Amino acid sequence: MLKSKTFPSLVGILLLLALLPFGVSGYILGLLTLGYYTAVFAMSWDLLFGFAGEVNFGPSFLIGVGAYTAGLLNHYYTWPIWACVISGGAMSIIAGLLLAVPALRLKGPYFGLVTLVAVLMLQNFIVLFAGITGGEIGLDLPDVLAVDDGSNYWIALAFMGVSGLILFGLSRSAVGLILQASGQDAVQAGALGFNVTKHKLAAFCISALFSGLSGAMLIFYEGTVSVGTVVDIAVGVQVIIAAVLGGRRTILGAALGAVFLIGMGEMLRPLGEASTFVVSAIALVTIMFVPGGFLGALLHGEKR
Amino acid sequence: MKNLLEVTGLTKRFGGLVAVKDMHLTIQGGEILGLIGPNGSGKSTVMKLIMGIERPNAGSVKIDGEEVAGLASHQIARKGVGIVFQHSRPLHRQTVLENIKLALLPDSLLQLFAAAHVEERAHEIARRVHLDHVVNRLPGTLPFADLRRLELARAIARNPKVVLVDEPFAGLTAPEVADFSNLIASFREEGHAVLLVDHNVKGVANLSDRILAMYLGEFITEGSAEDVMRNETVRRVYLGGAIGHAARPEAPEMRDELLRVENVSVFYGKAQALEDVSLHVGRGEFVSVVGLNGAGKTTLFNAISSLVPSTGVVSFDGADLDGKTAGQIARGGIVQCPESRELFGEMSVRENLDLGGHHLPTEEAHQRLEWLLDLFPILKTRAGQDARTLSGGEQQMLTIARALMMKPRLLILDEPTLGLAPVILEQLSKALETLRQTTDITVLLGEQNVTFALPHADRVYVLEHGRFVWEGPPDRFATEAGAQFL
Repeated sequence: MLKSKTFPSLVGILLLLALLPFGVSGYILGLLTLGYYTAVFAMSWDLLFGFAGEVNFGPSFLIGVGAYTAGLLNHYYTWPIWACVISGGAMSIIAGLLLAVPALRLKGPYFGLVTLVAVLMLQNFIVLFAGITGGEIGLDLPDVLAVDDGSNYWIALAFMGVSGLILFGLSRSAVGLILQASGQDAVQAGALGFNVTKHKLAAFCISALFSGLSGAMLIFYEGTVSVGTVVDIAVGVQVIIAAVLGGRRTILGAALGAVFLIGMGEMLRPLGEASTFVVSAIALVTIMFVPGGFLGALLHGEKR
Repeated sequence: MKNLLEVTGLTKRFGGLVAVKDMHLTIQGGEILGLIGPNGSGKSTVMKLIMGIERPNAGSVKIDGEEVAGLASHQIARKGVGIVFQHSRPLHRQTVLENIKLALLPDSLLQLFAAAHVEERAHEIARRVHLDHVVNRLPGTLPFADLRRLELARAIARNPKVVLVDEPFAGLTAPEVADFSNLIASFREEGHAVLLVDHNVKGVANLSDRILAMYLGEFITEGSAEDVMRNETVRRVYLGGAIGHAARPEAPEMRDELLRVENVSVFYGKAQALEDVSLHVGRGEFVSVVGLNGAGKTTLFNAISSLVPSTGVVSFDGADLDGKTAGQIARGGIVQCPESRELFGEMSVRENLDLGGHHLPTEEAHQRLEWLLDLFPILKTRAGQDARTLSGGEQQMLTIARALMMKPRLLILDEPTLGLAPVILEQLSKALETLRQTTDITVLLGEQNVTFALPHADRVYVLEHGRFVWEGPPDRFATEAGAQFL
């Protein structure tokens, strides 16, 4: 079990990470910046899968809605970045609710399928209205978060730190306990007096909020919003692999997995096309032999 | 005392099947009611309807005078109903104490931290159910009885007016049963209304103030344990009453042995499901294993078919089955018809049968199919229909027919009568009788419905809590083993 020592040590690790810009190259900082935003995607996903027990095959639906909302507002109306990011998060919740309220009524694998279809629809929608959305090429943004690597890194780190502490704290709270009970045995949770749908819906909204915020932040780091970086199925798959690789039901493991995946992908870039294959193979082997993920294996000695 | 639980006219239909029909029961504060009925009689459904896990089609459920029928389960829980499920499914990463605390939390999205009194109250409950020495352990490290205690603790955490307990003593040892009885009796003393659901009178007689029996979804009788055991319908349901034994061909004196099971034991995690069981079946013999739900019949059959790991010796036609896979055993001639039927619902009756005869030469498969359609004429008229559209009885016949397509040397039938109406039972019974008289098939039948199990059997075993407690010819069953079966 994680004890109350966890919070101080987490803050310690974050502070150490904050010192990195004084020692490492801009290239590595850029990589970590991308890793941190992906980490928030993965942590949001783990809250829904690991705790509420719902598999969301389309995390990039929530990410994409947040990113494109922010991107369009900035591109066409030149809203300030903060307003765009907040609107992105809010829109992500709204779109998530429109999807989840009917989908959570379904039993079995159907919730997952609905989320998968949602991504495809969003992608098609963006391509279809290419005149407004920029289509497959994407949309340039007039504003960026910061120009130098160090500032971008610190913004991403701070964003991940705050998001991570909130999501992790939530998972350890009384609400997190109820959520786990709802995810693992909805009948029993109901019989204990918990409104399972309400709690799952809340988890979905929180997951949507952080996915949307992070998606919006990411595009202002990259200065462009495109289907390939925030909506494509492959983006969602990477988020899922990161969360499972790092350890489901741990939240923090998801962040670990995300940074690892981004880092590995970059390190193996010299292999060209083969790099994706190697990363996928590592993920596959880990999932098959250490299903608890990095952190799961570390904390629980979980074998199954 | 006033009625804390009042159920009237309760009805539940699943598709065309009426699972519960016009059921009524009442429990006062400080009273324990035992609800009994054989497997498939609808008693679990009644419990789920009260808890709101299933919604009733008609009827009223009043908790302390307040109507709750149709509300969602969490709402009913808050009106004062707690349930102890038969299988405990605690959160495995949380300690025992945290699992109890969970049950004490308010259904709120905003309260991130448990209120101060929750911790203290959780300890109190743990002491009460004798879990205080293990509060900081993870559920996975606890013995079976402690997991049941945890389940009990969670159900009473909110101090419900009505406590529903499903099979309170399943899987417990005698001293544990005594301990649990005391705990449940203490609920009565505190003025709770308690509903115990079990299979037979024996299980709940000591603890219950009143017993109510139901069968096929309907109320049969209510009263003291003695009254209920004397009731004609109850006797007929459990013992087979006046239904006579079907004529059977003369059994050869000495049969050579086809199946031998010696000292077989099976554990599911910590619970022992089968304890040192030995049985033999002669070639051409029809052997019935009679036992209530949970006695271990399915486990025994699964151990024979190597579907669950077991210790002991199983030999078939002289060959030890140890180390063989379930597939090898099935191809070797032991074919099991599982309780759950396992038909291919989206395939037609004919396709299901063809699959069963898949390994036979075309000519032989054809002949066998003809023969089976004569044996079960109803299947002939349904040949093109999807298997899932058949009635329960027709599905059971199809399951047996499909198994027979595989030319079994030993046919294992696991609870073929589960959930079937009496009329269907008769048809099924006739088919089995024809089968016995026209072929030399060897059958091992597992049943809790004695009416169905006895007439066909050459020999009967009675299985109770994973052990054989009686073995003998069917005509001696009622006098020698009947009493312990009620």
